[in-house]
Amino acid sequence: MAGESAHAIDLTGVMVEASLQPADYLIVAPVVIPILFGALHLMLRNRSVNHGAMAIIGMGLLVLATFGLLQRVMDTGPVTMTMGRWLPPFGISFSVDTAGALLAFTSAVIALGGAVYATATATALEARYGFFPFFMLMMAGVSGAFLTGDIFNLYVWFEVLLISSFGMIVLGSDQRQLDGTMKYAFLNLVATTMFLVATGLLYGMLGTLNMADIWQKLNGAEEVRGPVMTIATLYFLAFAMKAAAFPLNFWLPASYHTPKYLVSALFAGLLTKVGVYALLRVSLMLFADQREMLALFIAWVAALTMLIGVLGALAQREVRRVLGYLVISGIGTMLAGLAIGTQTAIAGVLVYAVHSMIVMAALYLAAGIMARLSGTADMAGSGGLYAASPMLAGAFLILAFSVSGLPPTSGFWGKFVLVKSALEVGAWWLAFVILLSGLLTTVAIFRVWIFAFWRGGPEGTPDGAEAWTINPLGEKFRLHASLTLGVLTLMTLGLGLAPETLLSAAADGARGLLYPLSYIGSAFGGVGQ
Amino acid sequence: MNTVIFRTAAPYLTALMVVFSIFILLRGHNDPGGGFIGGLIAASAFAIYGIANGVAPVRRALYFHPITLAGFGLFLAALAGIPSLFAGVPFLTGLWTFPRVFGVELALSTPMVFDIGVYFVVVGAITAIALTLEERHES
Repeated sequence: MAGESAHAIDLTGVMVEASLQPADYLIVAPVVIPILFGALHLMLRNRSVNHGAMAIIGMGLLVLATFGLLQRVMDTGPVTMTMGRWLPPFGISFSVDTAGALLAFTSAVIALGGAVYATATATALEARYGFFPFFMLMMAGVSGAFLTGDIFNLYVWFEVLLISSFGMIVLGSDQRQLDGTMKYAFLNLVATTMFLVATGLLYGMLGTLNMADIWQKLNGAEEVRGPVMTIATLYFLAFAMKAAAFPLNFWLPASYHTPKYLVSALFAGLLTKVGVYALLRVSLMLFADQREMLALFIAWVAALTMLIGVLGALAQREVRRVLGYLVISGIGTMLAGLAIGTQTAIAGVLVYAVHSMIVMAALYLAAGIMARLSGTADMAGSGGLYAASPMLAGAFLILAFSVSGLPPTSGFWGKFVLVKSALEVGAWWLAFVILLSGLLTTVAIFRVWIFAFWRGGPEGTPDGAEAWTINPLGEKFRLHASLTLGVLTLMTLGLGLAPETLLSAAADGARGLLYPLSYIGSAFGGVGQ
Repeated sequence: MNTVIFRTAAPYLTALMVVFSIFILLRGHNDPGGGFIGGLIAASAFAIYGIANGVAPVRRALYFHPITLAGFGLFLAALAGIPSLFAGVPFLTGLWTFPRVFGVELALSTPMVFDIGVYFVVVGAITAIALTLEERHES
């Protein structure tokens, strides 16, 4: 029992002594807020309270917290909080640099949009079966993965977001969904297991899990004896599988078209990018030398992922399947940046990741609205949607420009920076593949636009005739959906027209990933190392 | 499982196990025990009551849905980190206070609140699973 002696233990030298400002709580707030709201949603699951409004408040707070954190990190450099005050590497640290904060902020914005959209679409039954708790806890996992500074903790956040995503993807449980869920769950669990195996090996080799500490040990004066290359490759394999890179991409098109449209949008916007972020953090920051050795291999994987993605998109008829393949193609584009590995290239990856989060989420939401209007998910079966909603047609057109990487949208800048950096290092063939996949993406996405919006009616309608059936949208759905889609579309347009802030933040993030000394410093700050 | 002996003994057994689970929960910080194992004991107590007398009486006796209890536990556990904010130390830092109540020193702390949260999460989640399985068995 806690007796008299319990509070007489000498704890000097094992705890963080640095003083803490209340603003430092921003580091952990993006995880605590969704967990608290998730728990509240869970408790009030069966009550007829306004779950959607609660979710909007929660995600609104998350946006504010991540925005504050991003501001702080941009001002002062990386910040660290070590839970429970135990000194790293024993205490679990959250170390946030610009790259992590930027992606956390973007994902929070998309989650807020998702919450607004969900308010209009989530049924009472879905609320009862836990849609909102899953949503909130998934966001806790996503934020945690972007912010943590401990590799095992990263694994834990991956598990949190994965388990919540299992719940979200199976909600509704029709046959197609169960089929998609099985593939999604099984293959993601395989990837997670590989992640765990790699982490176990790494811990066995270095005796530490704190990323700053790992970096120090790997780059220290003492030579590391052990299978570093194997571990780096295992990590690459695990995260590439989670990000859906070729040839481990097949789970994504098999599952992303099955759940609710909103769930697809959140998954496409957030989850694969967590994989990309983890790749950047681990391959680039921790295993920089090994990445260099793997660079050519990564470049091949990237090129094949881009091409398989667009070719798959060209072959599909269902809108969401097309989008699923475009997600994969986007992952390939980001991997190309990782393969090049220069500071410009990594900045390009970050710009492209932010862009891809916004655009893919928006496109899936647009697909949801299209399916409601036309009553079918098949693009050839819908048609004449331009007449039904010119605004939707316009928004989709902008998003189509953006996903293809055409100006004046955010997609242009990501690809521009990546192509430029590829040419700088002489990887002209990679630049060519990026441009080629951009061209093919244009064909694939405009195929959707022409089929669904431009034609007079569904397949079989004679030329010049107009024969469409349009289902009216509910008033509430129309409002919430157009608000969400409108804001996301304006964001991609705004980032395309005024990219300076994003570009400088991404450059800062790339510098932090490639030269993590200030990250290391913040992790061990206040201990005089 | 429907013997008279079992049905008579089950309520006493349940009560005893719940009390014991709380004892295990509270001794947990410095001795073997804690929220997780305590929660498992309490959940098995409810499971035993369910096997003996059916699931409906357990649900009535619990009043709250088990998942609600789990949500409450999660809320409590997350909340246990917040007092550190006001003490100016990192999230989840253990804060202790030793008030004297009737001449006995009590050790109250945020880790204890966290542990109680864990207790509720485990009770809620495991009871929800157990009751659902028993319900299926009954029908």
